[in-house]
Amino acid sequence: SSREHKLNFKKSKEVCLSYIQDAMLRKQWKRAAEFLTSYIESLEKDFSREYMGPSEIIWRMGTEILCHHSHSSMKEFNSFIEQMKTLGVKRYLKVCLEHTFHLLCNGLVDEAYENLSLAESWRFGEQTAIQDKEMKLIQAYRGLLDYYSWSKQKNILLQHGQDGFEDLSVEQEMHSCFRKAAVNLKEIIKIPGVWDLFVKCYVDLLEFYGDHNEARQVLNEYAYNSKFPANPNAHVYLYQFLKRHGESKKSLISALKILHDIVPSHELMIDFNMMLQKSKKRKKRRLGLEVIFAALDYAGWKENVKAWSCLARQVKQIVISEKHLDWIKQEWNSRKDWWPTFHFSRYLAKRNWQENESLSYEKALVAGILLGKDCKYFKYISHQGCKAQMKRFRILKKFVNKHNPVYLRISG
Amino acid sequence: RDFNERCAQCSEVNWGLTDGGRFYCRSCHNVTERTREVVNTDFISNTRVQTISKNLRKQEKNDKGCEWYVCEGFQLILKKQAEALEALGVCPQMKDEILCNFWRRYLQKSKQAYCNRPVGETVKALSVCDSSTDVDSEPETPSLLHFLSLSESEGDLQTDCSFASSASNMSASTSVCSGSVDGSLYLMKNQKEKLRMTMPMTLSLCYMALLWLREPMTLSDLLRFVVEGHIPYLNVFQHFPEKMKLCGLDLKIFYVESWPVYEEVYKKMLELAAFLDLPRFPDITDSCFLHPDMLCMKYLMEANLPDELHTWTCRVVKKICIGEADFLTLVPGNKSTRNVKYDVLAAAVIVVVLKLLFLLDDHYEWLLSDFAGERNKNNTEGGPYFEFKKWYKVIKCSLDVEQKKLDEERAKYLWRCEKPLFYSAKNKSKVLKRRQMVVNLQNQFGKLSGSVRPAEKPHPSSFQLSWAEENTDGNCFHGHSLKGILQEKRGLLTAMNPDYWLCTVKLCNEKLCGHLAHYREVDFPQSYHFVLRLFSFLLRIQPSSIHDEVCVIEHKLFNKKLCKKAKYNMVLRK
Repeated sequence: SSREHKLNFKKSKEVCLSYIQDAMLRKQWKRAAEFLTSYIESLEKDFSREYMGPSEIIWRMGTEILCHHSHSSMKEFNSFIEQMKTLGVKRYLKVCLEHTFHLLCNGLVDEAYENLSLAESWRFGEQTAIQDKEMKLIQAYRGLLDYYSWSKQKNILLQHGQDGFEDLSVEQEMHSCFRKAAVNLKEIIKIPGVWDLFVKCYVDLLEFYGDHNEARQVLNEYAYNSKFPANPNAHVYLYQFLKRHGESKKSLISALKILHDIVPSHELMIDFNMMLQKSKKRKKRRLGLEVIFAALDYAGWKENVKAWSCLARQVKQIVISEKHLDWIKQEWNSRKDWWPTFHFSRYLAKRNWQENESLSYEKALVAGILLGKDCKYFKYISHQGCKAQMKRFRILKKFVNKHNPVYLRISG
Repeated sequence: RDFNERCAQCSEVNWGLTDGGRFYCRSCHNVTERTREVVNTDFISNTRVQTISKNLRKQEKNDKGCEWYVCEGFQLILKKQAEALEALGVCPQMKDEILCNFWRRYLQKSKQAYCNRPVGETVKALSVCDSSTDVDSEPETPSLLHFLSLSESEGDLQTDCSFASSASNMSASTSVCSGSVDGSLYLMKNQKEKLRMTMPMTLSLCYMALLWLREPMTLSDLLRFVVEGHIPYLNVFQHFPEKMKLCGLDLKIFYVESWPVYEEVYKKMLELAAFLDLPRFPDITDSCFLHPDMLCMKYLMEANLPDELHTWTCRVVKKICIGEADFLTLVPGNKSTRNVKYDVLAAAVIVVVLKLLFLLDDHYEWLLSDFAGERNKNNTEGGPYFEFKKWYKVIKCSLDVEQKKLDEERAKYLWRCEKPLFYSAKNKSKVLKRRQMVVNLQNQFGKLSGSVRPAEKPHPSSFQLSWAEENTDGNCFHGHSLKGILQEKRGLLTAMNPDYWLCTVKLCNEKLCGHLAHYREVDFPQSYHFVLRLFSFLLRIQPSSIHDEVCVIEHKLFNKKLCKKAKYNMVLRK
């Protein structure tokens, strides 16, 4: 608390601000509003040298309070924001954008669209040039809203088509939405950045109108242009697109390769591994093994039956063929210190058996190969499985026993 | 004017009015459909509908109102302050005689009025204090009036309004930067010798008048009343008459953005007293409110301490001779004696007494309290013994609550007044627009605040904390006895505590660093800090000010011992 007896306007407002912040952190909106009422006075004083002046503070704080306060309405919020827009010309477009987001969050799509259109037509001398980035964003979001309109029209059309009647006006409107959306979306994704939603929508538009080439180009740019920040989603979108259009395995694999590098734990790694396993090329199969091992390094995959079954299949295949055991050895080398406790503890054995028998089956196979028939996990599971007289566990036990020497070679 | 939109054709903001009352753009002559809205300017009394054919300059002259001087403004302010003080219970003599005369003397000395040839400026007829009793009534303080009439100036108090006013050549140029005639001059000139009046100094003047009359109001009381809004200070200029327009440099003079600081007001008072060549002030005797014995009693009550402590404070006061009229009375211009801050002095005396009795080293006071508590159990007759621990708990609780309230009030404080201010006619519309927005926003969020703000100021009271003796919850310690911590020795009751620690072994040189001691909370026991904090809250000053005074008292009290003993021995035996 301030024990300062030398109190002046500036200090008093600083203290006031800290009370507002404190109240907001505690979600005491009424109290925050009370202190903000007093803080608003600072607008009349010139703080032009400060980094963040009172007008910006009031805008942000006021927005928060109005969002959360129980008595505040959308109408109040709108009137507040309109005042904020006039407060700082340098922030005008930013305020418009945030206003739009707020309207969208409250489901007021039409108002949001109007807001964006208004902002788009704003001109203010040299400020227009300075706030160029915000302007681009405004145009982009308007494009996005155009896309949603388009999407709605499209659905109506499809519905009518099903019902048997045509609707020219809807169709025309749909096309005009498309044109508006396409222009703006295309513009924004040119700028290096993360534009997932915009890209998806744009590609959707292109695909609908049959412009697959353009779509592919857009996705390639998005994924591979080094100016853009590394974005796993870009690769995912590309992969999905290629898959949709029945591209070759080779191109699918190359699309996922980078994804594996960036996000080894991505859910598509299973698809990736499955494709690689089946490949005729040795390098690809080798990569597949690497991919699946890498995925299972992550805690989120611990109980993923599919992943374990992929690994189990590949490991089994290698063991049977007796070729490339060194692959397993290489992969196991860096993991043998911690995978046993991470995946194959006795506790986990019990739990896996209780909760998910298939999971325990796959894991037991892997454990048996990697850690030998005497490892806790395998022993417990195979014992349980045989006790329950499940055929496949008996087969498993035999298999592991048979190939036990492999374990010795791997671990050595 | 207020029309600030950009022209649709050329994006300029340069509007004028056609004869038909429509706005047109001066750059491209694009006529709009917007007509001039009625601009609400209660502020400007002589608005005429402005058309493009009329001369702008003439308009401004009409709006300008009357010519006024800065000292007139201050005079108005002082009048308002005196009235407020009178409403608080100060005797009317303060306003009608004392303050009036001080002010006149000031004007004389600073050559702003009542003298033959004021330097550099001509003087208009001043409208002085309304009451006319000053000249005729029997002066109750003959020394002052008599003294004034002996001054060398030829200004006659009886015919004071008789100076011819001659328009000053400077007014044409200065009026652009300030509403007052001499605003810019006021700020520009080197006023070192003349002691230029400022807003805080108005309070110094008031206090000086209060002191002269020995009114029961300390400087800390006065400043507290100012902050609480009982005495006009912050936006007092809004009570200036319509025709006295404020703008530009006037704002620098009259517009305050900080609360007055005790030390500053006090220092200025001393300077003023010397500047005005005042004689020795009326004696502060032991029947005066400002005498340490009296003030100690008051503060003891407010701090919820036992009345019996009063004997101890009186003893200390007597021992170090600070109850003498010669010590307490202000003699302006006397640089050799250290001037007395009555409130701080009294508080410091209490602190010293507490140290004498309880040591306050974070150990002994608690042990002693437990001891007194034990004795209290066997205490059947008479009042309960005072236990430091109990007192501490009660006071800490109250103090924290009050401090928190005070901090919040300060944070919520609204500084702006109804009347908006502009530096120049240029930014007037901008300011008005801003003001409108602020009002709107405040309304909006004010509604969301939930609780209704209490419109009235708190009732002015001399006591900030009060303790009811009738309460059975045992929260009032006034009647408690000190017997619990005293012992009998040779027929006298003395403190059980045999030790004392000095706040500082050596006093600093005030002239070099401005302080006698340097207080840092971490260097001292927490109990000591607590006690300082308590009085710091009551007096609304920094703990270090009280600490300084405590050091001085200690050094007077233990003077002989200090001289004798080695300097490194901190703990002395009484």
